[in-house]
Amino acid sequence: MIIQFICRAILLGVPLLYGSTGEILTEKSGHLNLGIPGTMYVGAISGVVGSFLYENACGNDIANMNPFLAVIIPLVCALVGASLMGLIYCFLTVTLHANQNVTGLALTTLGIGLGNFLGASLINITKSELPSIALTKTSSFFSAKLPFAEKLGWFGELFLSHDFLTYLAIVIAVVATIVLKRTRVGLNLRAVGENPATADAAGINVTKYKYFATCIGSAIAGLGGLQYVMSYASGVWSNNAFGDRGWMAIALVIFALWNPSIAIIGAFAFGALCNANNYIQGLGTETQELFKMLPYVVTIIVLIITSMRKKREYQPPESLGLPYFREER
Amino acid sequence: MNKTFFHVVKRDDMPLWKAWLIRGATIIIAILLVGIISTVVTGKGFGETYEKMFLGVFGRLFEGKTTMLWKYLQDIAILLSLALALTPAFKMKFWNCGAEGQALMGGLASIICMIELGDKLSYPLLIATIAVTSMLAGALWGVIPAIFKAVFNTNETLFTLMMNYIATQIIAYYVYIKGGGSNVINPVAAGNFPAVGNNKYFVNIVIVAAITVAMFIYLKYSKQGYEISVVGESHNTARYIGIDVKKVIIRTMIISGALCGITGMLLVAGTDHSININSVGGQGFTAILMSWLGQFNPFIMVIMTAIVVFLRLGVAKVADSAQLNSSFSEIMVGIVILMLVGCEFFIHYSIKFNKHKKEVAE
Repeated sequence: MIIQFICRAILLGVPLLYGSTGEILTEKSGHLNLGIPGTMYVGAISGVVGSFLYENACGNDIANMNPFLAVIIPLVCALVGASLMGLIYCFLTVTLHANQNVTGLALTTLGIGLGNFLGASLINITKSELPSIALTKTSSFFSAKLPFAEKLGWFGELFLSHDFLTYLAIVIAVVATIVLKRTRVGLNLRAVGENPATADAAGINVTKYKYFATCIGSAIAGLGGLQYVMSYASGVWSNNAFGDRGWMAIALVIFALWNPSIAIIGAFAFGALCNANNYIQGLGTETQELFKMLPYVVTIIVLIITSMRKKREYQPPESLGLPYFREER
Repeated sequence: MNKTFFHVVKRDDMPLWKAWLIRGATIIIAILLVGIISTVVTGKGFGETYEKMFLGVFGRLFEGKTTMLWKYLQDIAILLSLALALTPAFKMKFWNCGAEGQALMGGLASIICMIELGDKLSYPLLIATIAVTSMLAGALWGVIPAIFKAVFNTNETLFTLMMNYIATQIIAYYVYIKGGGSNVINPVAAGNFPAVGNNKYFVNIVIVAAITVAMFIYLKYSKQGYEISVVGESHNTARYIGIDVKKVIIRTMIISGALCGITGMLLVAGTDHSININSVGGQGFTAILMSWLGQFNPFIMVIMTAIVVFLRLGVAKVADSAQLNSSFSEIMVGIVILMLVGCEFFIHYSIKFNKHKKEVAE
């Protein structure tokens, strides 16, 4: 049962990991993107639309479906949809110097609306009885597991039994850490986030870095939405089911101290907290409701502790949330 | 020499009328755009779309039926009261994203009073208790992040955001207990606001109108309002002229939270007579945008909320009549707000083309 609990925690944690890795990249360029919750919705619904069209093109018959296409089409759709959200955010905040919080919140409204609207429209098209849309065929390709995982007992279940998007999330987080800490691009990006004026003077193209960091970050976050629908929910989209995971991903950024590698552990810990109420024996439904606030309480405690310990490496990027205008120096 | 075709220059000061001309034009373009998108999506005529929109908001107003109009005013009042509550905090550059939770806690206090004290207190005393406890509950939810912001400089955006979800779970817990396992609390008869001439929204609207005027005066003419704007400009400046920054942060968030608590009271005691986790329905976030678009001016906020609520109700009606999901209106509201956010660029900056300059340089 402990193994099952951990596996469930990992499954729940992966969308948060994608979201927070994306947000960390964005924040390192000095932009606090509160549009991430909406972006994750858009990533999810783009993937759903893509796979819906592909399933229909194949006559809704799993035999006609090419496993490679079944995975790559939703994946590309999610990436494109989410990057577009990032692009809108960038255009407004970088090029038009708009307020970051306001732009982000408006994008979240837009993204959640878009997700629910398109979701409801697809449900309308399929004339389904339930208020949801099931893409179980595509999901079966997404949740394909390593064939020998089951033979390895608890070890196999714990480390090898996950879908490929879980491994991809960890790989992306590790790569992001290496890029941020060990490469010139990462150094430049951090310089942009700490002090764009100095970075500009050093010949770094601030605008380009901000655009790329935000769009790539949004694309990564969008994958989180896709993973939620395809792996966690077994391909079933229902409106508002994604909930507040986007906000938790943003909170996780602080928990992880702006380091994607710490975010891996943080995401799984959050997943465990979200799920703890189902695994503690003898809880009534009403106490379960109280237990569901655990992840938020923990986030607040982490927030307070990091703000009390004023260690330099634990602080947010210096110019986070501040607009940069070259001629205003 | 200079390879770009244009460069961007910050404007010193645009005359106010010109700035509002740009904003007004943006609103008109945005509403036209909403009409065009709705027309394309629903496949109905352009004029018909606006007719539906108008009907969705005002109903058969010209035939003397005012029910829809009052509902419209009520929706404006609720969103506006949240936006007003957030304004002093924003003016101080304190990003209070917790209006949702603060209003829910205010609502929770109201419903507890209505259920537990409903038959024990006389009506005026009950209403007074509801008002005081809901303000206290909202203020408590607002002041916790403020204390940590003032003392440790803890990030308030995320702190207030997390407080929303804790409030939601407390409501879920309470509703489960009082609802006897179902997710519904049946409307409580005690402690409801009085209906004026059969109109149950009238008291809510009057209260919010009073808050609007009071907030305008508070921000513009009171000493505390001045302190808020100095702290918002620069913590250091505030310290040099002898303002206790910590005190101002905490005091302002008590006010902001208490006003959110009042909104919770308006929703619970004044409207639904019940509570659930969706009682505020995400309006705490829309209110942030309203407060910002209103430029911290309560009267402009009235106009902005009126436009946004109009679009929300009207476009929902348009979508509904074409058997589309009402989330369509959220998309439209999102687009309009993004356009308004974008248009600020043309107010604060101007684009200068480099062509002429280049010739001189050569």
